[in-house]
Amino acid sequence: MKLAVQVNEGPYQHQASDSAYMFTKAALEKGHEVFRVFFYHDGVNNGTRMTTPPQDDRHVVNRWVELAEKYDLDLVICVAAAQRRGIVDEGEAERNGKDGTNIADKFRISGLGQLIEAAIQCDRTVVFGD
Amino acid sequence: MSDLYTINKSPFEKNSLDSALKFSKAGTAVLLYEDAVYAAVKGTAVEEQIKAAMGDKKVYALGPDLAARGIAEDRVIDGVELVDYTGFVDLVEANDKVQAWV
Repeated sequence: MKLAVQVNEGPYQHQASDSAYMFTKAALEKGHEVFRVFFYHDGVNNGTRMTTPPQDDRHVVNRWVELAEKYDLDLVICVAAAQRRGIVDEGEAERNGKDGTNIADKFRISGLGQLIEAAIQCDRTVVFGD
Repeated sequence: MSDLYTINKSPFEKNSLDSALKFSKAGTAVLLYEDAVYAAVKGTAVEEQIKAAMGDKKVYALGPDLAARGIAEDRVIDGVELVDYTGFVDLVEANDKVQAWV
C-alpha cells in the first residue's frame, strides 16, 4: 500500500507528531511505501534542526530525520506555514532576506501542491492532528 | 466500500465522537486513539453510545495510548478491539478511505 501522511501539529505540544511518527514507522516496517509526509500548519515545527529537548526526552525532529535516512522518506514542509513560523531553508533565506536557515536535514520546503499530488498518487492519506 | 474513522479527542472535551458516529454507516471501522481512548473505558457517560455503535460498526482502541494513560485492558468496554500501531496500519489498509474526525 502506498501512503501519504499529513502532520498538522508541532512537536511537544500535541500528540499528533508522535502518533504520526509511530504510524509511519509501523507502516514502513510492514513493508508499505510512504510516498510523502507533509507537514502543515504548526506541523512545520517538526522540521527545525534547532530543537534541543532534554537528553532524557525523545528528539522528535531527529527521529523523523533518522527514519527518512533509513527509508529515503520525502519530508515536505508547507512553504506558507513555514514562512509564518520562521522555518527557513537556503532558498527561503535568500528570497526573504533572512540571516540564516534552520531547516533540518532531509526536510524540504515546498507548496500545497505536494500534498494534493500525494493524495492523488497514494492509496490512502492519513491525517494526524486537529 | 468501507471507511475508517479515526478519532483523537476525548468525548468529554469535544464532540468528534458524536459527529463521527452520526455520519458513520453500518460497517464503518472506528479507531479511538490519543485522548479518544477515554471513550473506550467502561462505566462512563458514553459507554452506551459505544455499545450502540458496536451494533453495526467495529470499534477499535489504540493499546499504547490506553497504556500511556494508565488504563488497564480490563477497564475497556467488552467488544472494543485493542490494536497497536501495526494494527492501525492494517486498519488503514483494510478500509478504502481514512477520515480523521478532529
